[in-house]
Amino acid sequence: MIPLGNYLVVSAILFAIGTAGVFLRRNLITILLSIEIMLNAVNLSFVAFGRWQGTVDGQIITFFVMTVAAAEAAVGLAIVIALFRHRESLNPDAFTSLKW
Amino acid sequence: MLPLIPLFPLLGFAINASMGRRLPKAVSGGLASLVMLASFAVSVVVVWQLANLAPTQRLIEQTLYTWIASGDFVLDLTLRVDPLAAVMILVITGIGSLIHIYSTAYMHEESDPEYARYFSYLNLFAFFMLVLVLGANFVVLFVGWEGVGLCSYLLIGFWFEKKSAADAGKKAFVVNRIGDYAFILGTLLLFVRFGTLDFQRIASAVAPLATDPDFGPLSVATLLLFIGATGKSAQIPLYVWLPDAMEGPTPVSALIHAATMVTAGVYMIGRNAVLFSHAPETMAVVAVIGAATALMAGTIGLVQNDIKRVLAYSTVSQLGYMFLAMGVGAFGAGIFHLYTHAFFKACLFLGSGAVIHALHGEQDIRNMGGLKTGLPITYWTFLIGSLAIAGVPGLAGFFSKDEILFETFAHGHTILWTIGILTSLLTATYMFRLVFLTFHGERRHQAPAPEHPEEQEPAAHHADAAQPSHQLHPSHSSHLHDAPSAMALALVVLALGSVLAGYVGIPHALGGGNAIATWLAPSFSARSVTTLAEGQVAEAGQNGRGEAAEGERGLELSLMAVSSIVAFVGIGLAAFIWLKRREIADRMAATFPGVYRLLLNKYYVDEIYDATVVQPIRIVSQEGLWRGVDVHIIDGAVNGTASIVDGSSSLLRRLQSGSVRAYAGSLFIGVVLILGYYLWR
Repeated sequence: MIPLGNYLVVSAILFAIGTAGVFLRRNLITILLSIEIMLNAVNLSFVAFGRWQGTVDGQIITFFVMTVAAAEAAVGLAIVIALFRHRESLNPDAFTSLKW
Repeated sequence: MLPLIPLFPLLGFAINASMGRRLPKAVSGGLASLVMLASFAVSVVVVWQLANLAPTQRLIEQTLYTWIASGDFVLDLTLRVDPLAAVMILVITGIGSLIHIYSTAYMHEESDPEYARYFSYLNLFAFFMLVLVLGANFVVLFVGWEGVGLCSYLLIGFWFEKKSAADAGKKAFVVNRIGDYAFILGTLLLFVRFGTLDFQRIASAVAPLATDPDFGPLSVATLLLFIGATGKSAQIPLYVWLPDAMEGPTPVSALIHAATMVTAGVYMIGRNAVLFSHAPETMAVVAVIGAATALMAGTIGLVQNDIKRVLAYSTVSQLGYMFLAMGVGAFGAGIFHLYTHAFFKACLFLGSGAVIHALHGEQDIRNMGGLKTGLPITYWTFLIGSLAIAGVPGLAGFFSKDEILFETFAHGHTILWTIGILTSLLTATYMFRLVFLTFHGERRHQAPAPEHPEEQEPAAHHADAAQPSHQLHPSHSSHLHDAPSAMALALVVLALGSVLAGYVGIPHALGGGNAIATWLAPSFSARSVTTLAEGQVAEAGQNGRGEAAEGERGLELSLMAVSSIVAFVGIGLAAFIWLKRREIADRMAATFPGVYRLLLNKYYVDEIYDATVVQPIRIVSQEGLWRGVDVHIIDGAVNGTASIVDGSSSLLRRLQSGSVRAYAGSLFIGVVLILGYYLWR
């Protein structure tokens, strides 16, 4: 039996990779992918905690997160496509009009 | 029954104000006159009921509802008729009706909506005045008191497109406010002192007290009330609004000067006779102010050239007489003069209105003259009114004025009596100057242009507009039309009143019963709880009065002779100067140019008030309150708040770069910091 700590370490590494991707990559699609990695890192820790406690709560939450992630991906990709059609660019630094 | 008296005019007001603009003139004017007549009829019935009661029981009271009930303090909306109020309601509704009827003809040149507006104000005026005299406590009286102030503003400024009229209305309103402020203070003081605002309860609480020694609370309270009265009743120092009130239509002047408004102050003092007689200091002030006003207004009246202005100053002067009477404790005589004055002053004002109407808006008596033949009805009624006001024996003014002068003399105020006699001479002189210049001599067309052309009445200008059709017929160009029937009716009735009204108060010295003094007496004494004791008091009072009259009969007769002679001398003087030797007047004006100019400019009182009160207030308001407090402190606080927000936001604005990634970064750092804090705490 693999101890809980290992799962959490993997989860933390995955989350850090995702976060780094969000901040460092210059492509909106890659950023979306990084967000998915972060979500899945969280899923992993949920499942690990659930297993450790001997309940199914963590797995149930994970299903919810996956559903939301799917929806989010659909909306996010649609927005990205719309942005691309509008600006011919996928660089997030090009979209700075969200200010006064 | 009692509430009907004020409610009829209120009904007329409601109808004319709400749908008057769609009603034809005959309906709106007729309705307004009809409600006044109905109110008069109810008043007559009520007074008849009152007269059928025993003299000491004469009181009809009706509590409509409890207006304010707060702990111990209960204030009822109560209407009460006693002998004093009875005289007042008859004057208000009776003379008021005649003025309404007169107005239907006088205002006929106005458009339908204006006509209805005029009559709605007129009815409202009567309503408030009736509330004022019927109210049984200070608060109800004050409702009427303020109401007549409002209506005078509306009516004086009726032709509000004209700046002078709008200004005059404003002046009346503001000057009245000053008096009303003092009036409220006086009322509050009485409430603090007696815990009630009901006139009778105050009177019976005061009655057993000793007279106020030396400027005690009663003197202060009554003095404050009197200041209120000077505002409403146009006495020094607050009389300045009344002459300017000429800007309103002439029947309005008649209403203000005769039946309503200016009588309020006199009535209020009469209503609180017991209270005032316990404050000798105030009484002395009232008497001196009254006499001074009478004399001052009389001298001004002597040189004015506007027909209505002369009459206005004569009103101020006659009101001075009434206050003189009140001040010497002759309340009955004061109210008697109020009542007779209402007849002849209404008659004179309506007569002057008829003259102005006939001359298409001419008000300057220097441009009149010789109207006797053209306007016979107006002439004769005006003459009767003038004889009455001058105090010619046998007419109304004689009895009441004589009563006042006699009481003044009998109470030992010889100086005030002298002033009164002098004023009486002035009254006779300026009234007959007016009569002779207006109606006698040659018609003068091209006298100097009016000093205040803006003061001419628009109603008459409308008439001017209709004139070209007349001028098509050359023979009609100088045609004078005498008063139309509605106006003539009012004039004739009032002239009759000016002759006959005095006969209710024939003094004992002439073998009369002085019925009005006996009738009014219960109103001026406190009603005690037991009617028996009260009956004795009244009886004793009457006996005392009778004996006194017996002893002073000779004195009264000789005083009467003096005042009659003075009246005739005044008329003779006027006849000599303005009928026979017109140049004397001019020569006198030329000999004493200083005095003449002083009088013509009304002692420069308006200018003095302007310099000492209006300008300082204006400067303080404009430079201090507006440019200083408002601009710098109040606006400064508001603008300062805005610029602080503006400055701090321009700093904060830099954080909002629009870069989503930067937002996400700050979010992430924030989460890390918060979590870190809790983990490593």
